[in-house]
Amino acid sequence: MASNPMHQFEVYRIGPEIKLGTVNLSFTNPSMFMLISAITILLLLFLGTRKKLAIPSKMQFITESSYAFIAKMINDTAGSGARPFFPFIFTLFMFVLFCNMIGMLPYSFTVTSHIIVTFVLAAFIFIAVTIIGFIKHGIKYLQLFVPKGVPVVLLPLIIVIEIISYLSRPVSLSVRLFANMMAGHTMLKVFGGFVISLGLLGGWLPLGFSVALTGLEILVAFLQAYVFAILTCIYLNDALNLHH
Amino acid sequence: MELEAAKMIGAGLAAIALAGAGVGIGLIFGNYLSGAMRNPSAAAKQFPNLLLGFALAEATGLFGLVVALIILFAF
Repeated sequence: MASNPMHQFEVYRIGPEIKLGTVNLSFTNPSMFMLISAITILLLLFLGTRKKLAIPSKMQFITESSYAFIAKMINDTAGSGARPFFPFIFTLFMFVLFCNMIGMLPYSFTVTSHIIVTFVLAAFIFIAVTIIGFIKHGIKYLQLFVPKGVPVVLLPLIIVIEIISYLSRPVSLSVRLFANMMAGHTMLKVFGGFVISLGLLGGWLPLGFSVALTGLEILVAFLQAYVFAILTCIYLNDALNLHH
Repeated sequence: MELEAAKMIGAGLAAIALAGAGVGIGLIFGNYLSGAMRNPSAAAKQFPNLLLGFALAEATGLFGLVVALIILFAF
């Protein structure tokens, strides 16, 4: 094999080693790319809203349309009661989107292709949604596990299934994003390896595939950020509007 | 059987999950298209749901990939 397709996911240290007790707090390449995404988002939003024109420039248009896109999505899926959570969901969407998109650049690192990153995001959402539900409805929030119109005989089974499905939310939310990003990037590198090993004569076919897959991956990068944000809205909707 | 060989076979079997994902994605796009042909005015409104369904169905296939990777590298 020419080179390992998993090599791209390697985490290494940049700069000096920082240790706090047994915890390793060194600055690594994932931290660098998270920083790059955050700075890119800040720059985009800052430059986009610097000059507020009636006829927007391109930068202002991107900023305003991303704002309107998320605002509409929250309104449609979680209702107007979820308006105070707009900054959180907007931040989440932009962070995941920019991490995915910056990972599409050659020789860069995809932060979201590591399960620990996505799992921390998902676990935070899960805990926050549970706390919001209990604050808003008190102990009545447990009604979430009792669907309406179910025969009493079936209830013991249904409640167990509902609780398991509720607890598996952070796992499915994080694994979905992580698996999509990792599978896509591995596939790109495997096809890239075919180009090299088939040489000048046969390498054109996998090269074409590689180009097409890059297009698909850019679509997936956007789609997964969107799905991550919309599922957060759906969970929030469960917590805010119990049984509608 | 050698443990290494059994691992490889198991990882290959985990790829069967992709069959289900393929059926799911096909169903979603096929049904969206037939629905959109019947009532084109309602099609644009349901496009976000289409994307959501596509991503959810695709992810189930990728869970199979995660199982394969766990078998190959984690044990």
